[in-house]
Amino acid sequence: MSDFLQMTLFGLSNGAILALAALGFVLIYKATRVINFAQGHFLLVGAYAFYAAIVVLGLHWSLAVLVGVAFAATLGVLVERFVLRPMIGEEAIAVIMVTIGLSSVLGGGVQLFFGTTPRETPQFLPSGALTMAGATMPWSRVAAIGIAAAVLVTFSIFFTRTRHGIAMRAVADDQQAALTMGISVRRVFALAWALAAVTAVIGGILLADLSGVSAGLAGFGLIVFPVVILGGLDSVPGTIVGGIIIGLLVQYTAGYVGGGLEQVVPFIVLILILMVRPYGLFGQTRIERV
Amino acid sequence: MITRSYRHPLNSSRLEPGEPLLEVSDIRLRFGGITALDEVSLSVRQGTVHAVIGPNGAGKSSLLNCISGLYRPQDGTIVVHTPAGAHDLTRRKPHRIAQLGVARSFQNIELFRHLTVLENLMLGRHIHMRNRLTRSLVWFGPARRQELAHRELVEEVIDLLQIQSVRHKPVGALAYGFQKRVELGRALCMQPALLLLDEPMAGMNAEEKEDMARFVLDAHELAGVTVVLIEHDMNVVMDISDRVSVLDFGRLIADGAPEQVSTDPDVAKAYLGEEVQA
Repeated sequence: MSDFLQMTLFGLSNGAILALAALGFVLIYKATRVINFAQGHFLLVGAYAFYAAIVVLGLHWSLAVLVGVAFAATLGVLVERFVLRPMIGEEAIAVIMVTIGLSSVLGGGVQLFFGTTPRETPQFLPSGALTMAGATMPWSRVAAIGIAAAVLVTFSIFFTRTRHGIAMRAVADDQQAALTMGISVRRVFALAWALAAVTAVIGGILLADLSGVSAGLAGFGLIVFPVVILGGLDSVPGTIVGGIIIGLLVQYTAGYVGGGLEQVVPFIVLILILMVRPYGLFGQTRIERV
Repeated sequence: MITRSYRHPLNSSRLEPGEPLLEVSDIRLRFGGITALDEVSLSVRQGTVHAVIGPNGAGKSSLLNCISGLYRPQDGTIVVHTPAGAHDLTRRKPHRIAQLGVARSFQNIELFRHLTVLENLMLGRHIHMRNRLTRSLVWFGPARRQELAHRELVEEVIDLLQIQSVRHKPVGALAYGFQKRVELGRALCMQPALLLLDEPMAGMNAEEKEDMARFVLDAHELAGVTVVLIEHDMNVVMDISDRVSVLDFGRLIADGAPEQVSTDPDVAKAYLGEEVQA
């Protein structure tokens, strides 16, 4: 029982962070129809930007978070402007290859500056643990769930209530009509990439605190794909449900089965979902009329 | 019979009635080897309903797309007059043209299908909302007050078009006739200086057409909105327009009052075909 509780907490916190990264993926897909294979690497870059701000620049963690978020937003806008915009009108497969290339550049850039040795980051989430029914529950994990949940709620409000959020959904639906409403589609694209990078970076910062920074974070980021395929490529609630399901599944598999199966199980889910329900749990079923 | 008055003017153009609002001069639009518009010129005056008619493929929609900036003509100018001066639309991006008060509907409905009617109409207010991104994240205070003011205007448009019952429904779930109305409503919510309507009555039965014609006339008469209208139904065109321009194979073949255009031999020829010489 104590093992189960602990696994659940770890699974939920990982799942919440996955949901953040997946939210960014869905944002980009919804607004621009680009499948961003570099989303996991945004998480990696964010964690290192945070690490650099704290350790290299010697900033307080709260400032370091701001630096990380500002860095992410800038990176997102630059990537959209100089990498994706020239690809408008190109075939989907070409755009996908570009984002795969981007992920290599981001991963390589991080290694260039920080090498391959994993680093410890100074912790800012509350330390200590709660002991409940014999299980050790670190406060940092609880806090990570809270922060991720707060960010997800903020974004939901942004989408449903604010002018820019609704404009973004409008662009996702019909770019031409959005233009004739006076909405600058380019600015919406830039905003989507900036926000996507920001959500991934917040996830990366949380991960850095929980488990230090290393190139392995990009591998964690790769699990974004099973999450969005499970939840539905274009569904915001889907990212939350998908993130939590995958996060828990990985922990339970590690605890009850082991043997490294936990690293494979998200991708088994991915394949099963693609076979049974390719639009995911909450995705839109697209029926093309020919 | 108009029984109610509206608090918010739906027309943002401050020109005097009869002044030229839109001047299209010698525009030429080519796609590869095909000439879609060939030296087309016409002038739309403030406060009129100006119909553009012509057989299929005559270039009517292309003309509207040039005005709203979705197509860019190779030659010619399209000028919109505002009290602040004249603006050449051929050099502007579509979203900048919208900001000048040029609103439109599309032949094949282009609504935001996954958003509700209300959200679609609120998007018509986009250009009039001034709050910046950071402010709009704060739900209370100025952002909320502003939203309520915009909502008031949107509710008036909902009243005008009689779509009260569906305001919270996603647009994709509505019947065709309602979707057409919402599209008109979304354009009206922009408080347009110039309203471009691409076949607002296409695919409708006689009764629906009558309703739609009345909505367009209401918007025109209540608010004085200048309307450029593409329509195939000649009865509708003759009933509601002040002026008619006729396109055929990308050329302007007639331009004048409805009764004048309807008796024009070139127009009859374009619609009925050339007489066969025996």
